[in-house]
Amino acid sequence: MPDILFHLFAFLTLASSVAVVINHNAVNSALAFLVGLVGVSGLFVLLDSFLLAVLMILVYAGAVVALFLFIIMLLDMQGGERKSFSKPTAVAAVIGSALLVVCSMTLIRSFGGLDAPDAASILPVGANLKHYGDQLFTTYLLPVQVVGFLLLTAMLGVIVLSKKFDGMGDVK
Amino acid sequence: MIDLYLNLPVWVQATIKGLIAIGVLIPVAGACSMAERKVSAWIQGRPGPNRAIVPWVAWIPFVGKALQRLGVFHLMADGAKFVFKEDVVPGHVNKFYYYVAPLVALIPALCTIVVVPFGAYIDATTETLKPLILADVDVGILAVFAIGSLSVYALILAGWASNSKYPFLGGVRASAQLISYELSMTLSVIPVFLWVNAPGGNGTLSLFDVVESQSQAGFLGGMWFIFLMPMCAFIFLVALFAETNRQPFDMPESESDLVGGFHTEYGEFKWSLFFVAEYVHMTIGSGVFVLLFLGGWNPLPWIPLEMVISSMPMWLGALVGVGCFLGKTFFFIFFFMWVRWTLPRFRYDQVMKLGWQKLLPLAIANVIFYALAIAMIELS
Repeated sequence: MPDILFHLFAFLTLASSVAVVINHNAVNSALAFLVGLVGVSGLFVLLDSFLLAVLMILVYAGAVVALFLFIIMLLDMQGGERKSFSKPTAVAAVIGSALLVVCSMTLIRSFGGLDAPDAASILPVGANLKHYGDQLFTTYLLPVQVVGFLLLTAMLGVIVLSKKFDGMGDVK
Repeated sequence: MIDLYLNLPVWVQATIKGLIAIGVLIPVAGACSMAERKVSAWIQGRPGPNRAIVPWVAWIPFVGKALQRLGVFHLMADGAKFVFKEDVVPGHVNKFYYYVAPLVALIPALCTIVVVPFGAYIDATTETLKPLILADVDVGILAVFAIGSLSVYALILAGWASNSKYPFLGGVRASAQLISYELSMTLSVIPVFLWVNAPGGNGTLSLFDVVESQSQAGFLGGMWFIFLMPMCAFIFLVALFAETNRQPFDMPESESDLVGGFHTEYGEFKWSLFFVAEYVHMTIGSGVFVLLFLGGWNPLPWIPLEMVISSMPMWLGALVGVGCFLGKTFFFIFFFMWVRWTLPRFRYDQVMKLGWQKLLPLAIANVIFYALAIAMIELS
């Protein structure tokens, strides 16, 4: 049963991720992203990390994608014509494909070469609220703070860029 | 009979339980729509629906007349109308999303019941109180919020797929409003769980544990959280009104300025799915409020359920518990309707101002205050 479910959710996640990229319509992409997030959260449930699964739905599916849709609807973005390739795009495409080739070569070579870690030795950090909180406030305290600061900077940036400072020349 | 049930595979058992829960929720939603009409009529000083009756029921003395006055048959006529009406689909809609939106409204609404305990019984072998719940997961309240937050897509999709001005405005309003009030709602329950999770515990977000900590011995232990944390209850309640799109927060619908808001282009059965989803949300929202702040299935403050039912047979005790819980929940549904016919609707900018400039700072201050207070109590 878990195997069937794993394949189901993995397929769901991959298929919807592809759909996000190839869809012309922005609303379709956002909704495919939503389905992908539900798939990922299903995978978390299969790993017994209910907390991460629920947070995935609560934060990303519940709020972030809703904001995406809000912005898409507010700006009324319709797919439109696809731009022809510019020079930087071509260069980026070449570099991207080269990286993809390297990655797949490594994957094929090392296939079966990696030891699966012993399941008992992995700490069930995402499974239990207490473990999760402990780790968040001890091992991962600095990364969490740094990421939080980064988000704050982004928010301040948006305020500075979007707000009109009329008659406040000295502030600028 | 019970042996036969216990011998079924687990997933069949789960399906049966789920179907029973849905089989209770949907009639409750129907009864709510009836109650809404009767309550509104009562508040406005008019009799409300009291005419429709099926002929052979009219022949029963007293009961027939009473049912007629209660307006029960209007509800049935309404339901039958939704099923048999012609299915009109406007030509300008995005067909796929137009059909998906009502389903997206109903499915998360019904799914929430899985993690909400609705009663308790005394387990015969261990002599302890066990919750009546479909899935006892320790993420409890987070799961309720998570599944509940998915319902915003129904409104957004319905508004967008309808492809006309008013529904579109309704959808945009819905997305902004629901995200704004979700923040205050989540913040308002933090003090409750700070109080429930004493130091040294394993950390729990389960709603059953919240009710358990309201049924301890002693003055503070038996106190319902609405008395202990009135501000949390108030913020949660206001946010709940906004999240369930009830007046005075029904911005996405707001029939005086947006015709019908997000469901303007919907008719017959698809519209009734939105309608049922709204009432299911209201029912479960009230249930969660009762569990968090009103002692769940405890009959009275300082009188826990365990004390009342310890001498009763198991099934009777369970019925008493469910009865207490449902009684409080129904009172809260009445409260929703009461507020609807008492307060006028806000303007949209007032809703946003209230959410971001008043309720959110209040919720944050509330968290800080209770965090300090609880820390002080724990230290002393």
